Amino acid sequence: MLTLIRKYFYGDYGEIENGAPPAPPSREWPLWEVFIRSKQGLDHKHVGSLHATDAAMAIENARDVYTRRMEGVSIWVVESRHIHASNPDEAEALYDPANDKIYRHPTFYQLPDELKYM
Amino acid sequence: MDTTMLFAQFQKKIDQDIKIEPQDWMPDEYRKTLIRQISQHAHSEVVGMLPEGNWITRAPSLRRKAILLAKVQDEAGHGLYLYSAAETLGITRDEMYQQLHSGKAKYSSIFNYPTISWADMGAIGWLVDGAAIMNQVPLSRCSYGPYARAMVRICKEESFHQRQGFEILLTLSKGTKAQRKICQDAINRWWWPSLMMFGPTDNDSPHTAQSMLWKIKRFTNDELRQKFVDVCAEQVKFLGMTLPDKDLKWNEERQHYDFGPINWEEFWNVVKGNGPCNKERLATRVQAWEDGAWVRDAALAYEEKKAVRQYRYDAENENTKMPVS
Repeated sequence: MLTLIRKYFYGDYGEIENGAPPAPPSREWPLWEVFIRSKQGLDHKHVGSLHATDAAMAIENARDVYTRRMEGVSIWVVESRHIHASNPDEAEALYDPANDKIYRHPTFYQLPDELKYM
Repeated sequence: MDTTMLFAQFQKKIDQDIKIEPQDWMPDEYRKTLIRQISQHAHSEVVGMLPEGNWITRAPSLRRKAILLAKVQDEAGHGLYLYSAAETLGITRDEMYQQLHSGKAKYSSIFNYPTISWADMGAIGWLVDGAAIMNQVPLSRCSYGPYARAMVRICKEESFHQRQGFEILLTLSKGTKAQRKICQDAINRWWWPSLMMFGPTDNDSPHTAQSMLWKIKRFTNDELRQKFVDVCAEQVKFLGMTLPDKDLKWNEERQHYDFGPINWEEFWNVVKGNGPCNKERLATRVQAWEDGAWVRDAALAYEEKKAVRQYRYDAENENTKMPVS
């Protein structure tokens, strides 16, 4: 089981474990993460992953796998090994600086109800 | 941090309906259960293409053919969503294929039955996809994020599968005597195997309790099966057909349909590999994998060649490149 969980996959935090992911042990096609812009004006959103040998193939495969019903107007793909993510075990420390600053929210300020347009 | 605490934190998250994501700590058993369930689910989608693929070239009209093609393509897509969800747990795609091809991993037994008439395309859509939807809707609230998200996408698409199936049967049910006959015949053959799709009864399903505690499963096999029977017993009336169960009867007290005993001997027999099409299905999959080997190798070789060329080109042009400003 240990060997299984050493593999790098999306959301894994390769950097923390020191450097680039190891070369794939098999002749498996590399894994790519797919991001789709569902309509003009919206952000690209992660939808899943797939295997392809290069970016062009990844985009074509993403079209077939993730946009069979016009779910997108634009596709981004990035090889999974290039994704770096924050470590969930350190979430508390990482987000600590924002934790006690409720004055950053508009509701922090008590103003008269009669005050309009604010 | 010792593992007791990790276990406690994990269960607390589950109890609060906070999703578990790939990088989060999870018990080995949770990981193993999910890998097994998601990969089997993926295999089922992929093998599920075969009984229907059988009818693509023989669909009765261009409309039906286009629909069937789209449906089979969806099954392939569902397999891919699920394989990629399983991969987030640390198993590789090749390992999963290996498990399927060696016979180690199971897939839904329903696909080991033959599709001998066009009406089977209707019955599969209505009953098999219907049973799948009944199973999958609660899975889209499963505690593991990537699995739940894959299920949301799948459920959206399955609805078309079931409706096109029912439409096939509805058309046949209004047709000639021969068409009505194949319609009823298909329902007769697919009904019981569809009920078996929900798995063994709760008493014989040892993993259910743990899976429910982990919110991988939200309902027991028997609960879902009952729901399915209740729905189908009403739907079949629109077809003017019957379900092949003489014990099927509305029970006013339970507010459910009673139904006859399931032939579990047949179920276990098919699970063990002795169904009508087990060997054929697996052989077709293995052959497709082997026949595709040169394509996989060629694509990799092409990519490697391009990488080498790019490297040489970069090396040669290092000195002549315009500085980036």
